[in-house]
Amino acid sequence: MSYQERRSIINILSSLLIFGGYAYYVFQINGEENMLLIKDFTFWAKYILILIPVSIVSKIIVYIIFAIVNAIATREEMPSITDERDKLIELKSERVTHYLFLFGFLMAMVVLLTDWPQYYMFIVLIGMGLVSEVIGEITKFYYYRKGV
Amino acid sequence: MSKNFISNDIRKLRFFNDEMTQKELAEKVGVTRQTIVAIEKGNYSPSLELAFKIAEIFKQPIGEVFSYDSSAATKKSNK
Repeated sequence: MSYQERRSIINILSSLLIFGGYAYYVFQINGEENMLLIKDFTFWAKYILILIPVSIVSKIIVYIIFAIVNAIATREEMPSITDERDKLIELKSERVTHYLFLFGFLMAMVVLLTDWPQYYMFIVLIGMGLVSEVIGEITKFYYYRKGV
Repeated sequence: MSKNFISNDIRKLRFFNDEMTQKELAEKVGVTRQTIVAIEKGNYSPSLELAFKIAEIFKQPIGEVFSYDSSAATKKSNK
């Protein structure tokens, strides 16, 4: 398995763990007080605005740990450049991510047209954000493994 | 994944160039070793620029390094 394939797997796992951990923190640990705020849009704005930096910082830490562990375990040097194949795979996987997120955005708009509670829109939006990111990484893994 | 109709003799050419490693070739043409591995396996068709660079390293015309299987490609397009 190549370095890029391992990195894709780590990205998938870290996305799921970071999102899961953050959701657990918000809805389980602080569940009682937050469940009262769930219908309030400012709660969701805070949820999303805090999730972004938490996710970025956590991913940087995970990436550093992965680079160190990978170097020790495989004695393989980390690729120092991003070449044309990496860029092509990145573009293709980002396209999948963007289309999925766009679909999620449209679904969120559909939710607003229904009789469902309006905060469901945020759940759909955040959920599809995670799904699109994970599917994008799976696409990347697929292209690295099977060829592009 | 689209079927790759471009084959190459990079492995053979590396052998005849003092058993040049994939890493050495990758460094000379400015890509990662994984990209050379993918090209050799036929999992990736390089850009024209990269194909010319590889041919230049082996001092061969590009047609000696890469070949295009036009009959297989025609069969696929007729399906």
